[in-house]
Amino acid sequence: MHDGASAFSLVLEGDPTLYAIVRLSLMVSLSATALAGLIGFPLGALLALTRFPGRNIIVVVLNAFMGLPPVVVGLAVFLLLSRSGPLGSFGLLFTPQAMIIAQAVLVLPIVAALARQTIEDLWHEYRDELTALRVGPLRRVATLLWDARFSLVTVLLAGFGRAAAEVGTVMIVGGNIDGFTRTMTTAIALETSKGDLPLAVGLGVVLIALVVAVNALAWGVRRIGEIRAG
Amino acid sequence: MVSRRFVIAAALAATLATPALAQDKSIVVSSTTSTQDSGLFGHILPLFKAKTGIDVKVVSQGTGQALDTGRRGDADVVFVHAKAQEEKFVAEGYGVKRHPVMYNDFILVGPKSDPAGVKGGKDIVAALTAIKEKQAPFISRGDKSGTHTAELNLWKAAGIDLAAAKGSWYKEIGQGMGAALNTASASNAYVLADRGTWLSFKNRGELAVLVEGDRRLFNQYGVILVNPEKHANVKKEFGQQFIDWLISPEGQAAIAAFKINGEQLFYPNANDAGA
Amino acid sequence: MHGPASDLPVELKEVSCRFGDVAVLDRVTLSLRPGAPTLLVGPNGSGKSTLLRIAMGLLPPSGGTIAWGGRPDSDGTRRAMVFQRPVMLRRTALANVVYALPAGRDRSHALRLLARVGLERLADRPARRLSGGEQQRLALARALARDPEILFLDEPTASLDPAATKAVEDIVRDTAAAGVKIVMASHDLGQARRLAGDVVFLVRGRVLEHAPAETFFAKPGTPQAAAFLRGDLVI
Repeated sequence: MHDGASAFSLVLEGDPTLYAIVRLSLMVSLSATALAGLIGFPLGALLALTRFPGRNIIVVVLNAFMGLPPVVVGLAVFLLLSRSGPLGSFGLLFTPQAMIIAQAVLVLPIVAALARQTIEDLWHEYRDELTALRVGPLRRVATLLWDARFSLVTVLLAGFGRAAAEVGTVMIVGGNIDGFTRTMTTAIALETSKGDLPLAVGLGVVLIALVVAVNALAWGVRRIGEIRAG
Repeated sequence: MVSRRFVIAAALAATLATPALAQDKSIVVSSTTSTQDSGLFGHILPLFKAKTGIDVKVVSQGTGQALDTGRRGDADVVFVHAKAQEEKFVAEGYGVKRHPVMYNDFILVGPKSDPAGVKGGKDIVAALTAIKEKQAPFISRGDKSGTHTAELNLWKAAGIDLAAAKGSWYKEIGQGMGAALNTASASNAYVLADRGTWLSFKNRGELAVLVEGDRRLFNQYGVILVNPEKHANVKKEFGQQFIDWLISPEGQAAIAAFKINGEQLFYPNANDAGA
Repeated sequence: MHGPASDLPVELKEVSCRFGDVAVLDRVTLSLRPGAPTLLVGPNGSGKSTLLRIAMGLLPPSGGTIAWGGRPDSDGTRRAMVFQRPVMLRRTALANVVYALPAGRDRSHALRLLARVGLERLADRPARRLSGGEQQRLALARALARDPEILFLDEPTASLDPAATKAVEDIVRDTAAAGVKIVMASHDLGQARRLAGDVVFLVRGRVLEHAPAETFFAKPGTPQAAAFLRGDLVI
């Protein structure tokens, strides 16, 4: 980062370092959210539609894990991925992949718990009809997930918001390596600790603008979809 | 909808795979936040890469954490400034050999109003004693870093027992140098800082350099290759190339050439046997 | 080649249904036979919906037995149901019908079903944007997708205006004429008069009368039925 340059002029100049950081932040948080959705949606649907011993405990724990502290998740994933840890042979620590995995772990409870709630509510509405139509369990899951798709987009946005905003997880498992694992949030933390507060504030504004842009895009997609699907 | 999920999964797999494959000629160096914050790496690493094509990825943490990263095998090279801890690291078999590289110095920074009256002095022990007498606010990093260890040694040299003082005028924040300076600036307190971080620090408020030049404030850096016998994944050829370059005349000159506002921060001393 | 076994007659013997302390159905014995439509009538809360659900197989009885075509368990592929407020899947009208098609039937069959209920011009409209009456007709098309033997309907026109009601009744009449057994709960005596072959009269969970339509309407066998037909409140 240039000494004394404000973040806005960096954005306007198209500073490549800043753009690399923005690209990495988006790539990590979007990938993590998508991964969390891939696992969390079926998991949420399973919990919504089945009853088995211990199911209620899992639901309570999942709801509680929505508030997992990012540093704790970061530490846990760090211990797993460290060379001295059980998954060390993959050599994933201090890489963007580790950051994606860690953020996916952080976001998964949010996505799964909210998906469960959404699908359970929809199931109350659909239950008689789908039972009368003799729809089998797997097809039920697919139908409910698809019909709930607009609410599920909002669920994904909630997950993305959490991922894009956090610093503890990506700092610990990514290492804030210049040009490799430095994201918006870790860059802000670094510039703050170097005392370059105007730059840190500027980066913060850029980050917020980014998150707003993603939300606006998703809102647009949702609106168009809703109008077309009724 | 099923095929859409498939596309996302495939895209994810591609994202996860590609960057890892692209980063083969590289090493991970665990170093300290003060070295990172000074800007030294931004200056010397591009020179090393231009010469050897090796990407140096620096993870900067506190000294304790940096050495631990080396112990766990998560870094290839460790580059810190805590001689006793480094020698222990090698003695325990986690590192191959310790090479001295350079030194910088610590300075006592404090409010211009200087309630303890230490400004201009050349004796750090006397200054710390004065601060204790006056119970002037003092910020410590408290994070087992090299700087923190040096600070504690100086209090010990002054014969001052900190146990009673903690929480009143002596405050430990458990964070890095930049955070300590921020806190000292906000609360007009004294703080022991490394010159490198101070020179790059922009949020000085009412702080100024009050005591410097005491030999006891010199801060020695060492570099160690993580022992490949403990962790087979260590990139020993690339790591050794980095170490060799740091202590070579070329690397040492690069370190000396790094200046902030015309002031040199680090003094190369790889040839100093006792360092 | 043997097709799936018939679900008729549907025999309920001493069927009760309790929700907590409340007996919604009280020892109902009833036989639903092939032939003209059977209409269930009675005051609100008399148990018509619950009886339909049990006969459809959506709800197990708390007491008594039920058999379809002499079998206590039947996979239900030959039965279909239309609810008072149908649930439209979030897709087009045509896609809703296609969703319900059995294997071996394709899109053209779905289009024929839509035509049968008069919705062929709305095939590509999102189902949730159809009017109440159109949605009910779509629900009928969906229910008929599997060529059911029995069609249960739970007050399908309760929320519809007269024009929409007539459209639904016409489809029900045509379906009955095609050989499908209709079992329908109705809140509307006029509708019952128009459609019924035989009438089941329920009060507070018990079947008080089960008689051919002409008999029930002209000469009800119980004072409660007479009161109900007069329009009095039957408590």
